[in-house]
Amino acid sequence: MNERVRLLLEIADDELILGWRDSEWTGIAPYLEEDVAFSSIAQNEIGHARALYELAAAELGTTADALALDRAPEDYRCAPLVELRRLEWARTIARHWLYETADGVRLEALKASADPELAGLAAKIDREELYHRMHAELWIERLLAGDEGRGKLEEAIVELWPYALGVLDDELRPVFAERVRARLPFPLPDAEPVTRGRHTAELAELLEEMTSVRRSAPGAEW
Amino acid sequence: MSEQEFLEYVQEGGQVEVGDWMPDEYRARLVKFVEMHANSELMGVLPEREWILRAPTLQRKLALTAKVQDEVGHAQLLYRVVEDLGKPREACLDDLLSGKAKFHNVFHYPTASWGDVGVIAWLVDAAAIVSQKALLKSSYAPYARIMKKICWEESFHVLHGRDVVLALVTGTAGQRELVQEALGRWWGPLMQFHGNPIPRDEDPMYVWRIKSQGNEEARQQFLEGYVPQVWELGLELPDPKLRRGEDGVWAYTEPDWEELRSVVTGHGPMSEQRLDFRRLARENSAWATRLLLAEAA
Amino acid sequence: MKVFEVFRQERKGQPFQHAGSIPAPDAAFAEAWAREQYGRRGESVALWLVPRDAVQVVEDFPDEFDLKYRRVDGYSIKARLKEARERAGTAAPGDR
Repeated sequence: MNERVRLLLEIADDELILGWRDSEWTGIAPYLEEDVAFSSIAQNEIGHARALYELAAAELGTTADALALDRAPEDYRCAPLVELRRLEWARTIARHWLYETADGVRLEALKASADPELAGLAAKIDREELYHRMHAELWIERLLAGDEGRGKLEEAIVELWPYALGVLDDELRPVFAERVRARLPFPLPDAEPVTRGRHTAELAELLEEMTSVRRSAPGAEW
Repeated sequence: MSEQEFLEYVQEGGQVEVGDWMPDEYRARLVKFVEMHANSELMGVLPEREWILRAPTLQRKLALTAKVQDEVGHAQLLYRVVEDLGKPREACLDDLLSGKAKFHNVFHYPTASWGDVGVIAWLVDAAAIVSQKALLKSSYAPYARIMKKICWEESFHVLHGRDVVLALVTGTAGQRELVQEALGRWWGPLMQFHGNPIPRDEDPMYVWRIKSQGNEEARQQFLEGYVPQVWELGLELPDPKLRRGEDGVWAYTEPDWEELRSVVTGHGPMSEQRLDFRRLARENSAWATRLLLAEAA
Repeated sequence: MKVFEVFRQERKGQPFQHAGSIPAPDAAFAEAWAREQYGRRGESVALWLVPRDAVQVVEDFPDEFDLKYRRVDGYSIKARLKEARERAGTAAPGDR
């Protein structure tokens, strides 16, 4: 697999799995209005994944659905951060903000890419991600405004920090870490990044359920 | 205005706004009706949620997530109407979770397969649209106005559901069987959905023109619109008596009204489990809800 | 929580119409939430969000006396127009 496809799948897998996780809040978020807004964010992530898969699929001679749903767990290239199942709001918001911040750094680099298709898609995605970043920032501000919220946010961010560091590579990671540290009023430990390449057990579980209907009639139209 | 004058006013098509005087009975019935509608949208999310996770293509995943998101959005619109009438949504949630308030029968049943996903989106939402169109002319104007947005959004749900069903009935034998089997289970609750055939002049919701159609009228409309669509796919419905009469009236086996009563009072196969799930979700996120509701620092 | 009234504009040039309301901790949350509740299908090109207590309600317009003199429905010129045309000899054959 060439570098371009590898990169496309990395980002697509991140967006797909995170979007899948985020969509688990549909119907059970802390407030109805937030539920609607967060569900849009989840759908946008999956929409981005689809667009990225389509670029990769064109090169590989397959379909976006096949890339999204038919690969073996070890062939997914997502960062462990997005695989974690955390149906708990503080961790969800912490992950949302950490990922959006990292993704923001990644998209900036991609928008400057010499590859016009990649740069164009990155720009399109970033125009939607702007609102995701705004939404995440709303929650960070609200959480930091009081003791209880701040405590919960700190606990969640510290727990997820090693995973968050694993979203970007050595080149982009320092910019990301700097942005996070500049925003947060509490210290973050030095941590070993949990990088791509190995998956948590949670991914296999997720993919098993995610593909259960599809595998019941392989090759069928749905 | 006296209560009698108000009654004549609404029966002649008069509309009521939130600040207008209304008889205590009208207000009480209205709140209960809209609250049950809101509760139903909120509980309606749960049968479909698990299938979002298992959607077999990206497009189906997005469509199903969007559909469920709409149900949440409808709940928001409806609880707002109730809130503006004086009952806060937290109080509505308390009553829902304690079993004091009800939600529609169809959301008390399990979803067993992807076939259910298609059948629900197509036929349950279709049954709901029939009722909802009758609410477009509700005497209570704020309710009538939000019904426009709700009906507009529901129309995509039915199309999505029908598309899912069509893909299955033109697929493998196994896929077709998913739909047929689901239909067999959902037909009973669908026939009960519009409520027992109380004559509309004895139905307070119609008398006050909160809804503009009686239960049996709604059911007939549903049958007229959708049974032909089911039959044209070669699918069977589990009622040998179901047929359209010469006069255009559909005949059918009398639904089990006892079952309906039992289910909506919380004794359906999934009633307690779904309420438990809601209770747990609410408890786990209560701190975040509180954070949103807190006064600005 | 403050309640924000939402007005939406469907297409450029159309009037802003009341669409509903959003309780929110502040204007920023109200915006984030209103965007999705009233715009996720591209059904609005613009929204106005207004705190409910900023809306001044005006009702009770007295309608006691005949105001037709200042409205179009207070005028019926057909008969006089016909007579004037007849006098000027300009009445068309089909004139009633």
